[in-house]
Amino acid sequence: MLDLINIRKTFNPHTINEKVALNGVNLHMESGDFVTVIGGNGAGKSTILNAIAGLWPLDEGRIVIDGQDVTGLCEYKRAAFIGRVFQDPMMGTAGNMQIEENLAIAKRRGQKRGLCIGITKEERQQYKEMLATLGLGLEDRLTTKVKLLSGGQRQALTLLMATLTKPKLLLLDEHTAALDPRTAGKVLELSNRIVKEHRLMTLMVTHNMKDAIAYGNRLIMMHQGRIILDISGDEKRCLTVPVLMNEFAKASGDELATDRALLS
Amino acid sequence: MNISSLISALPGATAQGLIWGIMAIGVYLTYKVLDFSDLTVDGTMATGGAVCVMLMINGTNLWVALLCSVLAGMAAGLVTGIFHTKMGIPPILSGILTQLALYSINLWIMGFKANQGINVTKYDLLVSARNVRHLGMDNPIFIMLAVTAILIVVLYWFFGTELGSSLRATGCNEQMAKAQGINVDRCKRIGLMISNGIVALSSALFAQYQGSVDVNMGRGAIVIGLAAVIISTVIFGKLFHNFGLKLMAVSIGAVLYYIVIQVVLWLGLNTNLLKLLSALVVAFFLAIPYWTKNAKNMKRSKGAKHA
Repeated sequence: MLDLINIRKTFNPHTINEKVALNGVNLHMESGDFVTVIGGNGAGKSTILNAIAGLWPLDEGRIVIDGQDVTGLCEYKRAAFIGRVFQDPMMGTAGNMQIEENLAIAKRRGQKRGLCIGITKEERQQYKEMLATLGLGLEDRLTTKVKLLSGGQRQALTLLMATLTKPKLLLLDEHTAALDPRTAGKVLELSNRIVKEHRLMTLMVTHNMKDAIAYGNRLIMMHQGRIILDISGDEKRCLTVPVLMNEFAKASGDELATDRALLS
Repeated sequence: MNISSLISALPGATAQGLIWGIMAIGVYLTYKVLDFSDLTVDGTMATGGAVCVMLMINGTNLWVALLCSVLAGMAAGLVTGIFHTKMGIPPILSGILTQLALYSINLWIMGFKANQGINVTKYDLLVSARNVRHLGMDNPIFIMLAVTAILIVVLYWFFGTELGSSLRATGCNEQMAKAQGINVDRCKRIGLMISNGIVALSSALFAQYQGSVDVNMGRGAIVIGLAAVIISTVIFGKLFHNFGLKLMAVSIGAVLYYIVIQVVLWLGLNTNLLKLLSALVVAFFLAIPYWTKNAKNMKRSKGAKHA
C-alpha cells in the first residue's frame, strides 16, 4: 500500500524562479496496483516520483509505504522499499562496473553491506538465468562493463536490478522515452511482464497516452502539481485517446490548447 | 655528464619511487575509484612520518609506530570526509582545509620544529637509504616490493567485498548508488580514510628511508601521485583491466616518475625547478583527454560540412 497525503513542494521559494511543483497531491494505491501517470511538461509527473524516492524533503505532507511513514527517511534508506528506473539509461547502472557487479549491488539493496565477498558463485548462476529471460544475449556477458551496452540493454538491466530484490513499490520515470520506438516497445513489454509476474505496486510516468491506456489498471493525470483525473477499473479498460483528451479538457479548462500538442 | 653517475643513482630512484608509489595508490583510490580530488594528501604525507619518527624517538616499537601513522592518516581523511559530507564543503576545498590544518598539527606533533631526524644506526628502521645498494633482505627495494605486494592484495580483496563494491559504485555513479540503497556519504568517508591511511603509511616509510621528517615533506604530493596515476594509465591503460594489475601499474608509474626526475637532474636541471616541471607535465597529460575529445568533435563538424 502507498499513501501520499497532501504533498506540497515549491522549488526556489521566494525567488523569481519560484515554482509550485506539487500543490497538495493525495493518492492511495493498493498493493498490486499498476498506475500510469500522464500530464504535460511541468505538470509534476516526475516530481511526484522524486518526492516518493526522497530526493529532497517535502514542504508539507506525508508519504506512507505499507503502513510505514517514510517522510523523514533519506533517499538511500527509502531505497530499501523502492525500485527505480530512470529516463536516462546511463543513470540506473554503474557504467564502469561489470554486469554481474551491478546486479550484485542491486541484490543487496536494503541490506547491510559488510566485508563478505561482493558476489558469490550461486549468485552468478542465478544472474545468468535471469539475464537469459531478457532474451538480449546478456547471459554470456556477465563480466562485460555496462558502459559497452546499448541504451535499451542498459534499461532492461536497470529494470532487472530494480526488481531483483522485490520492492514494495516500483517507480518507472519515463524509462522508455530515450529509446528508439522498437526498443521502447520491448522494454515496456518487459516491464509489464515483470510487474505482473511479481504483482508489484508500480507507478509509471509516460509521455505516451496510448501506453498509459494500454498498461496498468489505473491511470492518473496531473496538471499544475495536482492530480486532476483518476480513472480505474472498467472505465480504464474502455478508455481511448480521444476520450482521455476530452476528459483532460473538462478537468483542466482553458489550458487545453497549449497542452494538446504535448500530450499527443 | 657521466652515465655511470646516473646509473648509480637508479637504485635510490627506484626505492623512492616504490615508497611514493604507495602514496600514489592512495591517490588513485580517491581520484580514480572514488572520483574525489583529495588534496588532504599534501598534509598527510608529512603527518605519517611525523607520527612515526616522534613515536620511535620516544621508544615506541617500529610496528606500533607504523600502525599509529596509518591511524593518524585515517583520522585526517575522516576530517576531510566530514567537511564534505556533513558540512557541504566542495571536495577540493575540504581537502585544502584539512591540509592547512595539518600543517599546524604536523608541527605540533614534531614538537614545533620544522624537521626531526631519526638515525638508522640507533633505531630499528624498516627501510633506509643507507642499504639501497646492499644485496640483502635489508635492501629497501626488496622490502618495498613486498610491502606494495601485500597492500595490493589487501586492496584487491577489499574492493571485491560488498562494502568495497559500494565504494566503487559511489565513485562511478552516485545516483545509481543511492537508488540501490548505498549510503554514499559514508562510502566517501571510508574511501578517504583508507586513502589517507595508505598515504600516511607511505609517509612513515619515506621518513625512515631518508632518516628524517620535514614539515614540508608532502608539498606537491598530490601532483606526484597524479603523475604516477597518469603515467600508469598512458602506458598500461589498454593492457591492464584487472584492478590489482592497475594498482601495480600505479606503483610502476611512480618508479618511472622518479627515474625520469633522476634523468632530468642528471641532464643538469636546477633542483629548485623540479616542482615547476612536475606541474607542467601533469597539466599537459591531464589535458590530453580534453584535447582528443575536441579534436574528434572538430573532425566530425568538418565532415558534416563536406557531406
